This record gives sequence, C-alpha cells and structure tokens, in this order.
Amino acid sequence: MSFDVDVKKTLGRHVVETSFVGRDGLTLLSGPSGAGKTSILNMMAGLMRPDEGHVTICGDKVFDAAASVNRPAHKRRLGYVFQDGRLFPHLRVRANLLYGHKLATPEDRWMSLEEATAFLGIGHLLSRWPGSLSGGEAQRVAIGRALLSGARALLMDEPLASIDPARRDEIIDVILRIRDELGLPIVYVTHNPAEADRLATHRVEITPSFL
Amino acid sequence: MALTAEEWEILHLSLKVSLAAVVITLPLAFALAWALARGRFPGKLLLDAAVHLPLVLPPVVIGWLLLMIFGPAGPIGSLLENWFGLTVMFRWTGAAIAAGIMALPLMVRAIRLSIEAVDHRIEDAARTLGASPAYSFWTILLPLCSPGVATAVILGFARSIGEFGATITFVSNIPGETRTLSLAIYSALQVPGADAAVWRLAMISICLSLGALLFSEAVSRRLRSERRGHVL
Repeated sequence: MSFDVDVKKTLGRHVVETSFVGRDGLTLLSGPSGAGKTSILNMMAGLMRPDEGHVTICGDKVFDAAASVNRPAHKRRLGYVFQDGRLFPHLRVRANLLYGHKLATPEDRWMSLEEATAFLGIGHLLSRWPGSLSGGEAQRVAIGRALLSGARALLMDEPLASIDPARRDEIIDVILRIRDELGLPIVYVTHNPAEADRLATHRVEITPSFL
Repeated sequence: MALTAEEWEILHLSLKVSLAAVVITLPLAFALAWALARGRFPGKLLLDAAVHLPLVLPPVVIGWLLLMIFGPAGPIGSLLENWFGLTVMFRWTGAAIAAGIMALPLMVRAIRLSIEAVDHRIEDAARTLGASPAYSFWTILLPLCSPGVATAVILGFARSIGEFGATITFVSNIPGETRTLSLAIYSALQVPGADAAVWRLAMISICLSLGALLFSEAVSRRLRSERRGHVL
C-alpha cells in the first residue's frame, strides 16, 4: 500500500473530498475541472492543510488531523511535478537538478545525477538556463529534479499540459519507465482520457461537491 | 580639480552617513516589504500608510518627530542615554538615522515590487524538494528579488545623499559632524561671495549622483543578463 489518503477541505463554497488507497503503479485522479484534483495533490504534499482526515505515504503517516500530525512539506519526501514545470529561473539545469539532491540525506538518495540524466536523456542540457528550454525539456528536468530529491513517490499534476502535443509521447514514455522500471508509486492528475488510458493502473474519480 | 581638505571631509561625511543609513535601513525595509507583499494581518493598510509617511510629510516634521523620539526625554533617546550613555543628537549617527527614515519608503517600495514579482509557487516547488522555509528564502526568494534589493540600495543611497530637511532639524548643521553635502551647499549659500564654493560642492554632488545612477544601471544589467543566459 503506497498511499492511504482520506481528506476533506472546504474552500469557499467548494468542498474537496476524497478517500482512496493507492497501491504500487500509477493512481490516476480524474474528474471535471474544478473538482479539486490539484488541491488533493497539494494536501498530500503538505502545501495545503486538510480540514480533516489523514494522509499516509508508504506506511508513514504525514498528516492526521485527529492526532495533530502535520509534517511540513519539506519533510514529506514526495516529488511533485507541476503542470508548469516551476524550474528555478536563476539556476542552471544542473543546479536545478541538484537542488533537492543536496538537501536529501545520503541514505534517502537512490539515484545519482549521472543516472538521472541518462534515464531522462538530458545530459546535454546541464549547463543551460531554464528560460532557454522547450516545454518538453523543461518538464524532463522537473521530473529529474523530483527523482533526485530522494522522493519515495511522485505527484504529477497534468505534466503534459504545457507540452507541444507532438512531443507528449516522449514524456509519456518517461513516466511509464518511472512506473515500471523504477517502480516508483505515482499519483497522477489529468482530464485527458487518452493519456489516462495509457498510464493508469488504478483510477480514482473525484467528484465536485458544494456546500 | 583637486578637492580641498574641507571638501574631502564633507564628501567623506556624506558617504559615511549615506552608507550607514542604507545599511541600517535595508534589513528593516526588507522585513517591511516582505510583510506588505506576503503577509496577511490586521492593520496592514495602516502599516503601509505609516511606511509612506516620510514620503508625504514635510521633512522638517520628520526631523521634529525624531527629536521627540531620540531627544533626552524621548522614549528611545532616554533609553540610549541611561543604558548605554549614548546619544545620536547632533551626531553623524543621528544624521544617518534621519537619512535612513527618509529613504525607507523608497526602499520598501522597490523591494516590495520585486518580492511581488516572484511567483510564490516556485517557493512551493522548493519546499517539496526538501527546502525549509528559511533555506527556500535564502536560495530562491532572495536571489530572485535581488534586482529589487539593488535598486533599493541605490535609491536609498541617492535619497540619503540629498537629505536636508529632516537632518538639519534633527541634528543641526555642525561642520565635521553633521554637515553633509546638502547642508554644506546651504551653508555656503548663506555666505556672501562664496559662489565658487557652492559651484564646487554642487559639482561634487552631481558627480556623486551620476556615479550612483551609472553604477545601478551596470548592476541591474548584469543581474538581468545572468538570468537570461541562452547558451549558444
């Protein structure tokens, strides 16, 4: 069991609520826009505090409202790949990749810079600035940055949305290899059915609800 | 034109006062800018208005307020006197305080704009990579808003060099202690037939300001080109 998530959060008139148990593989969160899929990832990552419920990652309880457990985001060891990459614009690709790697304890690191660049095919980009990368290149760097931080699972929020459709297959291949070769559990948000069919091993439907 | 010993003293004092003003004001300006840009707290509007007061009040009023606060009977003045035996009245340190207060709104504004321009979601990304709030501050927010901080330093320095009203009210016009460039020009203007002295001091002032502007342009260009950096 990789994830055990049961959270509820009221945002204005909106209620974001879900409960799922994710096993290894890729757990797909689907549902209409505005259902709160990104909010669920943020609650798992520790960027947003649920009103009630709990979040367990790989057997490690990182949030439990009842027991007042709320581990801060930087101690959850979850790699988060955002829709818009969010690379650090003032650091070259190499420094972006190593940002979380340097912060991880040696025993938490399970991939080296060389392995990550070979795995993602980004060795030639190391001395470039994020501003000069294409959407696909930037997203591969963002994935590498998350893997190198010693993450024990990945959260991916529509990672293909800002990528030229012709280049999406390359990233889909990378994600499939992370799922199958690296065996890293992934929670993935999309509302693209084709993408969902190729990637998902389990599905969780998020339905919007209102007060 | 070689400067006379007196002119050197005036220039040296002006630089000392202005640098000290910027150095003491910068951390305060940054903290205020950060609170105004990112904070959500009651009284934020009031704090914002208070920070801008030196910009809209007559400088002589600021000088008088400083006299009230730092004077022997004032809340901070009596504290400094009783605890440390210090006074800033009629001292160059007082001139630095006056200049710093007058520069504060400009510095806060420049830093605040640059903090607001930093996407806080980039800092969220840093958090998920294991960065504590403090580490993310030093490695992400501060470097990304450094152009604004550089602008604030230059603006604050330029404002301090030009400071007149609050200074003369608060610490008077004492040669060698509080007579900075602006005050020296004013004093020279009071002396009949001292046109040449006024000219020379005005020239020094123009060169100094021009130098500061050119320096700031060079720094901001450098910061910008570092960021852009396409590799061919």
